[in-house]
Amino acid sequence: MSSVRLLYNDKPGMVMLVLLAAAAVLVPLCNLGFPDGHLLHISTFTMTLVGKYLCYGLLAVSVDLVWGYLGILSLGHGAFFALGGYAMGMYLMRQIGDRGVYGNPLLPDFMVFLNWQDLPWFWHGFDYFFFALLMVILVPAALAFAFGWFAFRSRVTGVYLSIITQAMTYALLLAFFRNEMGFGGNNGLTDFKDILGFPLQSDVTKAGLFVASATALALGYLCCRFITGSKLGRVCTAIRDQEPRVRFLGYRVENIKLFVFTFSAVLAGIAGALYVPQVGIINPTEFSPLNSIEIVIWVAVGGRGTLYGAVAGALVVNYAKSYLTAAFPDAWLFGLGALFILVTIFLPRGISGGMTGLFRKRQEIN
Amino acid sequence: MHSFSRDFALAALFWLLLMTQYCSGAEPNSQFLDGLVLLSAQSFTEKEKGIELIGASQDPLAARTLQSLLDGKLFYTSKDNILVYGESEGANYAISDFLSGESLGLVKKRNLEKITINNTLRSTLKTTIALINLQHPDDTVRLAAVNAVLSDINPELLEILAGCYQTEKNEQVRDALSVALAIGGLRQQDTAKRLEALQSVRGDVHPVIKNEIQALIDRETDAIVIKAAKSTLTAIEGKIAWFARLETLFFGLSLGSVLVLAAIGLAITFGVIGVINMAHGELIMLGAYTTYVLQQLMPDSIGLALALSVPAAFGVSGLAGILIERSVIRFLYGRPLETLLATFGISLVLQQTVRSIFSPLNRSVATPDWMSGSITINPILSLTSNRVTIFFFAMLVFGALFLLLKKSSLGLNVRAVAQNRAMARAMGIRAARVDALTFGLGSGIAGIAGVALSQLTNVGPNLGQAYIIDSFMVVVFGGVGNLWGTLLGGLSLGVANKFLEPWSGAVLAKIIILVFIILFIQKRPQGLFPQKGRAAE
Amino acid sequence: MASLQTLHPLFNRDEVFEFLKPDIPPSLDLSRGIILYLEDISVSFDGFKAINDLNLYIKDGELRCIIGPNGAGKTTMMDIITGKTRPDKGSAWFGQSINLLKLDEPEIALAGIGRKFQKPTVFENHTVHDNLELALAGNKKVLPTLKARLRSEQQDYIGETLLLIGLGDRPYSPAGSLSHGQKQWLEIGMLLMQRPKLLLIDEPAAGMTHQEMERTTELLTNLAGEHSVVVVEHDMDFIRTIARTVTVLHQGSVLAEGSMAEIQNNQKVIEVYLGG
Ligand SMILES: Nc1ncnc2c1ncn2[C@@H]1O[C@H](COP(=O)(O)OP(=O)(O)O)[C@@H](O)[C@H]1O
Ligand SMILES: [Mg+2]
Repeated sequence: MSSVRLLYNDKPGMVMLVLLAAAAVLVPLCNLGFPDGHLLHISTFTMTLVGKYLCYGLLAVSVDLVWGYLGILSLGHGAFFALGGYAMGMYLMRQIGDRGVYGNPLLPDFMVFLNWQDLPWFWHGFDYFFFALLMVILVPAALAFAFGWFAFRSRVTGVYLSIITQAMTYALLLAFFRNEMGFGGNNGLTDFKDILGFPLQSDVTKAGLFVASATALALGYLCCRFITGSKLGRVCTAIRDQEPRVRFLGYRVENIKLFVFTFSAVLAGIAGALYVPQVGIINPTEFSPLNSIEIVIWVAVGGRGTLYGAVAGALVVNYAKSYLTAAFPDAWLFGLGALFILVTIFLPRGISGGMTGLFRKRQEIN
Repeated sequence: MHSFSRDFALAALFWLLLMTQYCSGAEPNSQFLDGLVLLSAQSFTEKEKGIELIGASQDPLAARTLQSLLDGKLFYTSKDNILVYGESEGANYAISDFLSGESLGLVKKRNLEKITINNTLRSTLKTTIALINLQHPDDTVRLAAVNAVLSDINPELLEILAGCYQTEKNEQVRDALSVALAIGGLRQQDTAKRLEALQSVRGDVHPVIKNEIQALIDRETDAIVIKAAKSTLTAIEGKIAWFARLETLFFGLSLGSVLVLAAIGLAITFGVIGVINMAHGELIMLGAYTTYVLQQLMPDSIGLALALSVPAAFGVSGLAGILIERSVIRFLYGRPLETLLATFGISLVLQQTVRSIFSPLNRSVATPDWMSGSITINPILSLTSNRVTIFFFAMLVFGALFLLLKKSSLGLNVRAVAQNRAMARAMGIRAARVDALTFGLGSGIAGIAGVALSQLTNVGPNLGQAYIIDSFMVVVFGGVGNLWGTLLGGLSLGVANKFLEPWSGAVLAKIIILVFIILFIQKRPQGLFPQKGRAAE
Repeated sequence: MASLQTLHPLFNRDEVFEFLKPDIPPSLDLSRGIILYLEDISVSFDGFKAINDLNLYIKDGELRCIIGPNGAGKTTMMDIITGKTRPDKGSAWFGQSINLLKLDEPEIALAGIGRKFQKPTVFENHTVHDNLELALAGNKKVLPTLKARLRSEQQDYIGETLLLIGLGDRPYSPAGSLSHGQKQWLEIGMLLMQRPKLLLIDEPAAGMTHQEMERTTELLTNLAGEHSVVVVEHDMDFIRTIARTVTVLHQGSVLAEGSMAEIQNNQKVIEVYLGG
C-alpha cells in the first residue's frame, strides 16, 4: 500500500520505470522481429551497447544510494562491480569446458598456460550457475561488510573514507594483475562461449541479457526507492547531514551504514555480473581507481540523492563517452575532466537537481 | 739433438729479426728479447723460461706481451717470421707488428703461426703478469692485478703479495692485498697457519673469501679447522645478512624520502586548507617535465639544467597550483568531497594536455655525472649516488619548509587560517590570499618532488598517478596537518615497503602496506600524530 | 586446571566477541532514588583540565540548574554523561546499575538519557514532523527501522508534541527554515519523543526573546517531575523562575550547591560569578 504511494510520489522514477519496461519489450522485439535493413530494426550492437549502459545505470544507482543518501563518497564501487563480474566470468569460463585453445577439459586456458595442474580451490563450484549467482552476491557483500565493519566502527568519514575506498580498489587492482592470484592476470577472463547452454554470440541470448539488465535495473531501483522512502531512508539522510546527532538519538550509525553500504555493494556486483556476458571480458582494469571515480561523475551529472538522476547520468555520460572516444579519441579525457570541474562548480545538484530547481521556481512564482 | 740444433738455428734467426724490429723503439732489453725468442720454441719448458725472462726483464712491453700471449693473440707470420699481434676478423686476422705496432693488414689464418700455451703456462703467465702489474705505478692497475690473482694463489705468490702488502700505500690496494693474503693463508699446508688465517678473516665480507672458506670446508680433513671454518663462515654470513639489511634500509629510506617529497606538499594543502587535491600527482608530473624541458634546452650542461630545474619546477607547479586554487577550489571551500572530484577532473585535463604536447611516451631525463655512480662502502654494500643525493635533498626541502612555516610571517598566517579561518579573517589576515599562497607553496613543492623523481624514473604522463595514492597514505598515516608526521610516515612506509619486498614480492608488499594503512586509519582515524582539541572535530 | 580457567572466557562467547554482547543495557535501577552519579571525574585537553574532580548527584525526578562562567566545563560535563567525551578518570553511573563509561552514545541514548545541544542541532533538510519521527522512542535497529510504520498512537503523540512546542501549524516545513528559538523548541520536542528518564539541556534560552523564554520555561517545568532534568543556563532570571536546586561549576569542579537564595548569598560564588 505504502509502496504504491511511494512510487506515486516519485514521478520521474515512474517515468523511468515505464521507459525501462518499454525498452525491455521493444528493443529485443525490434532486434529479433525485423530483418536487418528494416526501418524498425535495432542492431545487435546497439542493443548490447544499451544493455551495457543499463548495467552502468544499476551501478550508478548503487553509488547514489550511499553517496546521495548516506554521504559516503565511495571511490571504490568499481571493485564491487568487478568482483561481481569476476564471479560471473568464472562461471562463463567453466562453461567453455574443453573448447579452449588448449582443449583441456579440466583447466581454463590461462591455467594450462601457467602450467598449473589442478583447479585452485576457489574455482570449485563455479561450474554451477546458482553457485556463481550466490558468489555474485556474497563476494561483494563480504568485502563491503568487512571493509565497512572496520571503517564505520572507527568512524572514518569524509575524504578519509573516500581515499581508503580508493586504496581498497587500488590494492585489488594490483592483486588481480598478479598471475598467481588465479584470475587470469592482466588478460582477465575472456573467450566465453555460452551461458546456461545458450551461445553468447546469438542474438536471442543477447536479447535475453538485455531484458535481464533492464529488469535488474528496475528491481534495483525499486529496492533503493523502498529503502530511501522508509524511515531508515530518513535516518540515512539524517546521518548524511548530521552524523553525530543521530547517535544521540539512539541509532547505531555504523550498523545502518554497514547495511546500506553492503546492500549497495551487492547491487554493484549484480550489475557487474550482467555486464560481463554482454561485453565478453572481465579484466583487472575494472578495478582501476579511474573507473570507480567515473561512476561518481555519472551520479554527479545526473544529480545525486534522486536515484533516477543516477540512471540518467550513467546513460548520458556513457553515450557521450562512446560517441567522443570514437569521434575524437583525444578529446574524451579533456571532456571528462571538464565535466568533473563544471558539474561540481556549476551544477552541484546535477541535471535532475537543476530541472527540479527550475520546476520549483516556477511553482513559487505561480 | 737434431731438433735442438734446428731450434737453436731458428732462435738465432728470430733474435736477429727481433733486433731489427725493435730498433725503432727504445734501448733493446736483451733479457726481454731473449725471452721473446724462447717463446717461439716448441717445448713448453723453453716457453716457460721465456716467460720468466720477460717477467724479470722490467721492459715496458713485458706485461702487454704476456697478456697477449695469455689471450692467444701472439703469432709469427709463417713467411717471414715476424712477431705479430693478431685480432681475428671473420676468417682472417688483422695483424700488426707486435713491437712497432705498425699495421700489417689482413692475412689468412694459415699464414700465421700461433704461439701456443698449455694450462701450466697459463697459470705461470697469470702470476707473472700479476707480478709485473703489482709493481705498476698506477693504483688501478695494481688493484686489478691483485684481484686477477685471487682465484689462483700459490705459496710463491703469497710471499710476493705479503711483500707488496708491506710497501703498499694505497688503501684500496691494501684491502685487496689483505683479502688475497687471507685466501693464500687459507691454502697453507700448515694447520696452525690455516687456523690463524681463519681467525684473521672473521668479519671480512668479501665474496671471494666466503667462497674460499666454503671450499676449505669441503676439502679440509682436519676436524678442528673445519669447526673453526664453519664458525667463521657463520660469522661472515651473519655480517653479510646485516649489511643486506642495511642495504634494504637504504633503499627503504630512499623510497621513503621520495614519498616524503611527494606527500609533503599534499600535507600542507590538506592540513591547512582542508582540501584534498587529487591533481597533486599531476603537479609532480609537471615538475618532472620542467626538468625534461630544461635539459632539452641546455643539452650541454645537464648538471646546471638540473640545478635550475628546482626553482623552475617550483615556479611552474606553484603557478599551476595557484591557478587551480583561484579558478576552481576557492568556489568549493567547505565541500571537501566536491573538491576531490573537481581536482580529479583537473588531473585528467593536465594529463591529457601533457600527453598531447609531449606524446604519451615516456621520456628519460639524464643524470649529471656527480649524481651517477655509487658510493662503495664495502664489497657487498654500495649506495647509488642519485638516491643518496635525493635523500639529502628531501631532508633539505623538509627542513626549509619547516622553518618557513614556523618562522616566517606567511607561516604564522597559514597556521592561523588553518586553526580558525573566521577568527584569522577577523584579525585582518587575508584568508583568500593565504589560501592561494599556501596552495601555491604545496604545489611548488610537488614540482620539486617531480625534479627528484625525474632522476629515478622515466618521465611520462602517468608519473603522478603512481604516487598520488601513496602520498595520501603517507599524509593520512602521519596525521593531517603535521609535518613531522609526514616525515616519519613517509620514511617508515618506505622502509616497511622495502623490507616486505624480498619476503613477499613488490606487488604484494604494496598491497600489504595498503591494507595495513586501511586498518590503521580505522584504529587511529587521526593518524600517528593526531591534532588535538576542538580544531580536530 | 589453570589452563581451563584461562579458557573459561572462551565459553562465554559474548565476552570474547564484543559484537555478541547483548544490545540492551541493564535496566535502570533507581532503588536509591538517585538517577545520576558523577564521581571524581577529571578530563583534560592538551594538559588543560576542563573538568577537575567533579562530583555531582542528581535525584530522580529532580530539576537541577547548573550555572557557571563560560568555560567552566558545563558542556564538557554533558559530553561525558552522553559518551561524547571519555573522562581521564572517575566514574559515571546512571542509576545503580548502568555504568555510563562502558557505553557509547547510542547505548546511552537508548538507556534513557536525552540531550539538547548548546548549538541547536536539528536535521535541517528534514521536515519538523520527520525530525520528531526520527527521535521517536522505539526499536532503533536497522531492520525494524526499515520496516517501521507510524502507528496511530505514535502519530498522535507527534501531534501533541507539535502543539506543545508551538509548531503545530507547520509540521511539514523543513527544519532549516525555522527561527533560532523554534529550532530550540524542536530539539526539546525531539527530546520528548525519546521519552528519556534524564534530560540534559544545554542553554535552552540562549538567543531567545522574552516571550520565547517564557514559553521555554513553561516547557521545562512541564517536563520536571515525570523526568529528571539538568539545565545549563546563563540567564539568571530564567533560572530564578525554574530553579529548585542550583549547582555552581567553576574551573571544572563544583563550587557551591543549594537553593537559589543560598547560592546568591554564597561569598565564593559572588566572587567568581555573580559579583565578577
Ligand atoms: N574537545 C575539546 N578540545 C579542547 N578543549 C576543549 C574541548 N572541549 C572543551 N574544551 C575546553 O574545556 C573548557 C570547558 O569548555 P565547556 O565545557 O564548553 O565550557 P562551558 O561551561 O562554557 O560549557 C573550555 O576552556 C574549552 O575550551
Ligand atoms: Mg557550554
